[in-house]
Amino acid sequence: MTQQKQMPDSYYQLLEQIQAVDFVLVELTLYLDTHPDDLDAIKQFNQAAYESRQLKNTFEKQFGPLMQFGQSFSNYPWDWKEAPWPWQV
Amino acid sequence: MWYYEKKLQYPVKVSECNPRLAKYLIEQYGGADGELSAALRYLNQRYTIPDKVVGLLNDIGTEEFAHLEMIATMIYKLTKDATPEQLVEAGLGPHFVNHDHALYYQNAAGSPWTATYIQAKGDPIADLYEDIAAEEKARATYQWIIDISDDPWINDSLKFLREREIVHSQRFHEAVEILKEERDRKKVF
Repeated sequence: MTQQKQMPDSYYQLLEQIQAVDFVLVELTLYLDTHPDDLDAIKQFNQAAYESRQLKNTFEKQFGPLMQFGQSFSNYPWDWKEAPWPWQV
Repeated sequence: MWYYEKKLQYPVKVSECNPRLAKYLIEQYGGADGELSAALRYLNQRYTIPDKVVGLLNDIGTEEFAHLEMIATMIYKLTKDATPEQLVEAGLGPHFVNHDHALYYQNAAGSPWTATYIQAKGDPIADLYEDIAAEEKARATYQWIIDISDDPWINDSLKFLREREIVHSQRFHEAVEILKEERDRKKVF
């Protein structure tokens, strides 16, 4: 059994910003899959992809890696396996 | 391959322990029109669908796994503090004796998930129409759950998921049109 983790407010605020910009990316990805010639949408996509990377860099410095298999850098000791997992917050 | 990201696609909060609501939500976890069915249906159809729409099936199938994780989070949070007595009272006694508090891929009535819920016909129009129907059925199920849920946090997350079904359905409709255009273009020659 695991405990529900109470994280600082900044965790939830930053996470929600990431969720918002990543939602834009999901929505634009599906849209572009059926509208591949929409240049404005591709510009929005690249801008959001940039913002997502910036936000995730900030988040990971404070709260550890969001992804693994090398998609995020590691701290010492290895902290990828540390709670909280998404269903625990 | 896939990469896991340590975040939910959209926040999932619950107001209070509510195993009865969790019992209904299991329909969208391991039911015929649930998120597991959706993810496996689209990712399996990818291999034999025309190249023009492979990307769409790939990406919607991937998003479905994020939805599956949101539903799992709802069920987990709604039941984790429930006593065995509360589970029995909510109609989850049969679940408890087999699974304790663990999640299981079954529908709201307790039938285990089965591959007979999903089809791969090898015919692109038949497959895409099945996908459109699946999205509309999932949208309807979300609506019925929202109608009987009084948890405002859960309803907020369910409304997000309901809207995603609508977007997916629209994208699948566009995929049908893309394939029809391609078919008609070939007839010219």
